[in-house]
Amino acid sequence: MPRPLSAPLDVGFDYTRSTGPTLGRFLSDLRRRKVTGIRGADGRVHVPPLEYDPVTAQRLTEFVDVASTGVVRGWSWIPEPLEGQPLDRPFAWALIQLDGADTSLLHAVDAGSPDRISTGARVRVRWRGDRVGAITDIECFELSDGPGDEPVEADDVTMVTTPVHLHYTHTASPTEDPFLRGLMEGRLLAQRCPACEKVYFPPRPACPTDGVPTTDAVELSDRGTITTFCVVNVPFLGQRIPPPYVSAYVLLDGADIPFLHLLLGVAPEDVRMGMRVEAVWKPREEWGPTMQNIDHFKPSGEPDAPFDSYSQHL
Amino acid sequence: MRPAAVVGTGQTHHAAKRLDVSMAGLCREAIDRAMADAGVDWPDIDAVVLGKAPDLFEGVMMPELFLADALGAVGKPLLRVHTAGSVGGTTANVAASLVQAGVHKRVLAVAFEKQSESNAMWALSVPTPFTMPVHAGAGGYFAPHVRSYIRRAGAPEHVGAMVAAKDRRNGARNPYAHLKQPDITVESVRASQMLWDPIRYDETCPSSDGACAIVISAEPTSSRAAWIHATALRTEPTTFAGRDQVNPRAGQDAARALWKQAGITDPLSEVDATEIYVPFSWFEPMWLENLGFTEIGQGWKLTEAGETEIGGRLPVNPSGGVLSSNPIGASGLLRFAEAAMQVMGTAGDHQVDGARRALGHAYGGGSQFFAMWVVGSEKPA
Amino acid sequence: MRDVAVVGFAQTPCVRETDGTTNGVEMLVPIFHEVLGGLGLTKSDIGFWCSGSSDYLAGRAFSFVSAVDAIGAFPPIMESHVEMDAAWALYEAWVKLQCGEVDTALVYGFGKSSAGQLRRVMAMQLDPYVVTPLWPDSLGLAGIQARMGIEDGLWSERAMAEVAARSRAAAMSNPLAQLSGPVSPEDLLDEPYVADPLRRHDCAPITDGASTVVLAAGDRARELCERPAWITGFEHRVDSPSFGTRDLTASPSAVAAGKAAGADGVEVAELHAPFTHQELLLSQALGLGDITVNPSGGVLAGNPMFTAGLSRIGEAARRVHDGTASKVLGHATSGPLLQQNLVCVMEGRD
Repeated sequence: MPRPLSAPLDVGFDYTRSTGPTLGRFLSDLRRRKVTGIRGADGRVHVPPLEYDPVTAQRLTEFVDVASTGVVRGWSWIPEPLEGQPLDRPFAWALIQLDGADTSLLHAVDAGSPDRISTGARVRVRWRGDRVGAITDIECFELSDGPGDEPVEADDVTMVTTPVHLHYTHTASPTEDPFLRGLMEGRLLAQRCPACEKVYFPPRPACPTDGVPTTDAVELSDRGTITTFCVVNVPFLGQRIPPPYVSAYVLLDGADIPFLHLLLGVAPEDVRMGMRVEAVWKPREEWGPTMQNIDHFKPSGEPDAPFDSYSQHL
Repeated sequence: MRPAAVVGTGQTHHAAKRLDVSMAGLCREAIDRAMADAGVDWPDIDAVVLGKAPDLFEGVMMPELFLADALGAVGKPLLRVHTAGSVGGTTANVAASLVQAGVHKRVLAVAFEKQSESNAMWALSVPTPFTMPVHAGAGGYFAPHVRSYIRRAGAPEHVGAMVAAKDRRNGARNPYAHLKQPDITVESVRASQMLWDPIRYDETCPSSDGACAIVISAEPTSSRAAWIHATALRTEPTTFAGRDQVNPRAGQDAARALWKQAGITDPLSEVDATEIYVPFSWFEPMWLENLGFTEIGQGWKLTEAGETEIGGRLPVNPSGGVLSSNPIGASGLLRFAEAAMQVMGTAGDHQVDGARRALGHAYGGGSQFFAMWVVGSEKPA
Repeated sequence: MRDVAVVGFAQTPCVRETDGTTNGVEMLVPIFHEVLGGLGLTKSDIGFWCSGSSDYLAGRAFSFVSAVDAIGAFPPIMESHVEMDAAWALYEAWVKLQCGEVDTALVYGFGKSSAGQLRRVMAMQLDPYVVTPLWPDSLGLAGIQARMGIEDGLWSERAMAEVAARSRAAAMSNPLAQLSGPVSPEDLLDEPYVADPLRRHDCAPITDGASTVVLAAGDRARELCERPAWITGFEHRVDSPSFGTRDLTASPSAVAAGKAAGADGVEVAELHAPFTHQELLLSQALGLGDITVNPSGGVLAGNPMFTAGLSRIGEAARRVHDGTASKVLGHATSGPLLQQNLVCVMEGRD
């Protein structure tokens, strides 16, 4: 059996984070080339500032200015940086205790090679030019026993945007795979559960009521019945057709479960539960391993199916 | 099973965007209120349970980890529950079981959602290869099932609008509610835009930032306590051949187990107040039937008769419910907390007079996960 | 407390990449069949179900929802889910059994780590305001912790290589292991660094897999299993997420959980230590001394994310079931740099 079909799945979003007063102060100060810590319940100065004390859980409020220079307390060496990391050449991750702080901040050190960095090494912040009020305003740290840069004026920030871009490979299940390959040929291949004999379209990795893989392929026609539907009147993110249009559950003849698809070629107000429909396929050259090969369903002109014939599929 | 009671509740002011706080600050607003209500301090808390809907909403994997300081959980047991939209209810049930099992004396349950960090619609419809893209939007999943209900029950079209008007008016009595619409009417709801026919704009829940927290204890910490009389959890698959999406079996089974455990034989007369998870107005009559408050097909009649108003025979969502505030992960815990507030007599302007027994209800996924509890002002026998 | 025991355990092979989906159904169906069949049970005999998994591992919301298909959950079941390693789902199930409502529970976890870029995905667990935006990778962070211990004289690169060699050798008796075979620490030390001071052998492999454990209470456990692994201590604790404030060479949460669970006197321990130095750190934190650690090879021989901790408890319980030990310990960890730790102590009774 060939390996099931797979394809890239990218998960990307720019998260908009409200910082609240504590982190807002820290990030606003970074924009000013200044580092701020906070005093914990036990007197330690935490950098980055903690909103709540790790020992007593009380809210912390006493800000303390610290230096933008400090000491490496621990490090590792990254020979091949990954997407999104502060440097695109080999660098060290380090826990850095800034002068005036009692705890350590994680950041990158641009040390060139692992031979040049050691625990106890002095470092200072290399500031980014276009600072926005984010931890990445610190471009990285550099090995130096010199003083830090002078702060500058900048407005406060209360929000930070964090892009998240993750890359996955999505794999179809072994039972879904023949279904997808069938779609590429314009065929509708369902699977029958060996235990309950219900016909699933699209097939599932296992029958949801019996927990066993479905085994028998069943080819279905592209006609069916609308069990229920809604009229979409609202625009939303990612929408492909202008509203109003009908999103309907279609029960293909011979299947035991309906699926959602588009119903076009009829005025929304004329759509009925029980309406008989047929598939309208896209041109063959546009077919791929997807139900989108069926562009939409349209009324077939047959008389409506009686309620009893689909009432068990609502 | 040992006795357990809710001894304190707290929630945030819910809003579309709580831009004044971080996620930790949002949680603490609810936690600090719950602990003050219970009259307890951090050393009194033995364990913490956090509930939240999908991690993609906030873009943090297992946020309980980075929130451990804010949750006062350091050095303690910390659990993270996730059962889709029902998660807030499941969180309360899991926290209750920690006390009922005799494992802990006092447990803090917290649930939150900060929807403004992203876009829930995006997070729920990340385009997965080979899968039909969502072409119906948030309400599009549920609207066809609402149509099925209306057809099966023969319910008149204005019932959904009645639910929406009632819940929003109730929300106006609740200082923490996101939407406060004291002047809303059935007519104004019916005049609002039809989004996913048969669901109108005013019949859909808002998108909120918010959090809720409760303290569950083996012993009362003050003169008020909401004793936990019964809990129930049931799950069924999202879709399967022959599945009834209008009256899911998992909800029926959970309710049956719940009433039995609580010693309730006639829920309609024995329950004084309910907080039922109603994100779209029509789910009120649907769940009244699913929960066994009425016969099948009769739920809408209770609503139409005004019996689900505060002061009616079975007040439903005196707090304004999910239709007035919807911080998704917290919405279930809010139902459970509001039920507790009713029997503790702390519900303020939306208090149901003399409420002694109340239902908290949550559901999630494609109406497939159910969590419920019954709380009472008296310690169970 | 009620007597509750681990009575059954099954796991998939640990593999670098499965053909299956991220919802785990293909991995779960055969192990449910195996564990229930082995006990002579069907799904309707299970009183409570609980699972552990991660949406970010799968790359989409609600990945656990489809996994329920593997159960055949109709009529409906009593069920819950933790967005954590399934070891914590086992804890939730144990609590449920303590309530006395049910006598049996089936717990499962699954993870298809190969679907995404694991080193980047795990950065999503860090502080979203001041740490995640730097995209620190899990190996880089563990490297800092390893170096701190080396420089404090708590362990050495050689001791770390010995842990890896011991794991690979032990895994030769584990047919489901991903990495096994005779290797010498000297040869391992000749390999290049992947995140200095970590070499490849210091890091658990990327693994797809699933596992399941069945719990039963009292007489039901005795009916189902000749030698049940009775749970005598089950505890978990969490440390501060702010690893710049923590002593990374110690694990207060592991110490506290081990002490509360009664780790003294265990003969065999299965530790969830994704890095070699973490096995040394945990052995110390749990006061294990000279006993057998990770006879299965541990997660260095196969690390199915979000069920690797549950598998450790299952592997430890097996030593009681087969009579080779009378008091065992299963450990699970969660979060960056051993932030959260769970200890389950089990005993056989003759």
